[in-house]
Amino acid sequence: MGNISDLEALLRPPAMDMPVYPPKAITLASGETMVVRQATREEVPTLLEALYPLLWVERDFYDIVAARLFAELLAFKRYRVKDEYVLVGLIDGELAGLVNGRLVDHKTGMSYHTLTVRRGLRVGSHLFAAKMEYHIEHCQQEEILIVAESPIGFRRWMIEYPLEKRYEVQHELGGVPSWVLPKDVYLAAKPRLVAGHRPVSDELMKSAATIVLPGDETVVRQVAGEKEEES
Amino acid sequence: MNPVYIAGAGMTCFGRSEWPLMQLASVASLAALKHANLGDIPVDGVVVANMGAARVNKQTALGSALVDQLALYPAAAESVENGPASGASAVKVGFQAIASGMADVVLVTGVERMRVVNGLEGTDFVASLSHPVAEYIYGVTLPSLAGMFARLVMDKFGVERKHLAMVAIKNHANGAKNPYAHIQQTVTMEGILTLPEAAVNNPPIAEPLHMFDCCPVSDGAASVVLVSEAVAAKLGGPKVRIAGIGQATDTHAVHEREDPTDLKAVRIAAAKAFDRAGLKPGDVDVAELHDAFTILEIAESEASGFFPRGEGHKALERGETQLDGSLPINPSGGLKAKGHPVGATGVAQLVELTWQLRGECAARQVKDAKVAYACNFGGFGNNVVASVLQREA
Repeated sequence: MGNISDLEALLRPPAMDMPVYPPKAITLASGETMVVRQATREEVPTLLEALYPLLWVERDFYDIVAARLFAELLAFKRYRVKDEYVLVGLIDGELAGLVNGRLVDHKTGMSYHTLTVRRGLRVGSHLFAAKMEYHIEHCQQEEILIVAESPIGFRRWMIEYPLEKRYEVQHELGGVPSWVLPKDVYLAAKPRLVAGHRPVSDELMKSAATIVLPGDETVVRQVAGEKEEES
Repeated sequence: MNPVYIAGAGMTCFGRSEWPLMQLASVASLAALKHANLGDIPVDGVVVANMGAARVNKQTALGSALVDQLALYPAAAESVENGPASGASAVKVGFQAIASGMADVVLVTGVERMRVVNGLEGTDFVASLSHPVAEYIYGVTLPSLAGMFARLVMDKFGVERKHLAMVAIKNHANGAKNPYAHIQQTVTMEGILTLPEAAVNNPPIAEPLHMFDCCPVSDGAASVVLVSEAVAAKLGGPKVRIAGIGQATDTHAVHEREDPTDLKAVRIAAAKAFDRAGLKPGDVDVAELHDAFTILEIAESEASGFFPRGEGHKALERGETQLDGSLPINPSGGLKAKGHPVGATGVAQLVELTWQLRGECAARQVKDAKVAYACNFGGFGNNVVASVLQREA
């Protein structure tokens, strides 16, 4: 913090020590391998580029999730959210999805958003699981506060894990009251929902070193499920 | 009976649609009418197949609605609801109208828009086809019936989960070649069965059936234009004849069947269809089977007469049902990958087979196909319509 101005020091939240998420590789139903790794602040502009076309996709609340994630990533890059992290899923380097969250304190995590670019392969489910894994197993937290902004999210998190209600706590995303994934529920769900292997080979890590964007049109088509109409 | 031909076939992409119900039906109908190239030949009748619009779309009398939508007055109009066999039942109604001499041109359209409700409501709406007091009130759903059926078949004939996965892999590969398919994504044995990740990629739905053993819930519509011999002669072009249709029923409650693994209604419907066509299962070049669940493709391939009982999975292992095998099954991707908008499915099977017999299927074309077969499986096998199509020179 020595090289920033005194005012910036006041604006920038004090940071906790956060472990780096150890990358893992997951074989998807398609046989493709998705590398899940932590994204850096330097990679945020690339991720913003991927989110930009989704700001106008109403389907499955992509517009809301993309807009909020856009702001959260900007805040992450410019140190305006305390202890935030971002994980990305990459298939041959191409962005398949991303998740983010933050540490509230040593005991409690706060899940923010999960956004899937490549749909139909449970990419979002895998990335959300990686996020839970990060909080519980790597940050050694006891619980994670979670809300869903779409029916798909509700089905994936609240029902599949299943989460417990923590309605007395207001989640930072506002909206509905919070739900929570306690450590014991996570551990019980882990065999069903958390996949992947470590270490990731050098070759795979090399393929995931740079985030490649599938292109605006592809991103929108994939998330909107659009197809060429031949009839 | 007078001969009946399919002069045109069209469909919408299956998937999740933002289009209203009647727009789906109209787009598929217009595609089929365009394909038929009727010119100024009038449409005498319209039959619309659908299962759930009254409940999920709050719309009834779809036949009349489609006539109005397409300005086909004063064509006769009918709506057919026969569960998942609605599509082929509607084709049968159109077939009867032409075969009896009552009509020369009948447009048959199947349509369903079921993604408008959530998954729980959709599952419940489909489950309403089960026996109301022997099954439905106990929470029976179609996946649960299929799961129990699969367990029995596996125990009895040595079918394993790898065989179910092989059906899924084959049909997803075919679906990836079909621009109309709901799911155009290939899957692998490692990704859905053998690697540890498969447990997460392919979670259980109703054991032993997992996610990739079940068809998606789809919106979509499909249409065929049926014509008399005189009209077919006027139109020229490739002639695809409905050589035979057979229909049979079985007990409503599955547990009342002497042998629940015996798809008796499929067996009888297929035999009737082949008998009427004057053909045998061995004459078939390509088939579309009702694989709402992977186990059903295997069981129907036996009950339709293509393979001996208990040996469908062995034919699958030998690659006989692959696109380049001796009897390609579900080149469209089947319900498994192409999708299953319930009322549209039976019509869509005939759309695919018409295109196959006309050589219009591009990357998924079965070479030199001349005879085709479809099995539209209603209820849980309690109402089945089988059709045999034949290309005439």
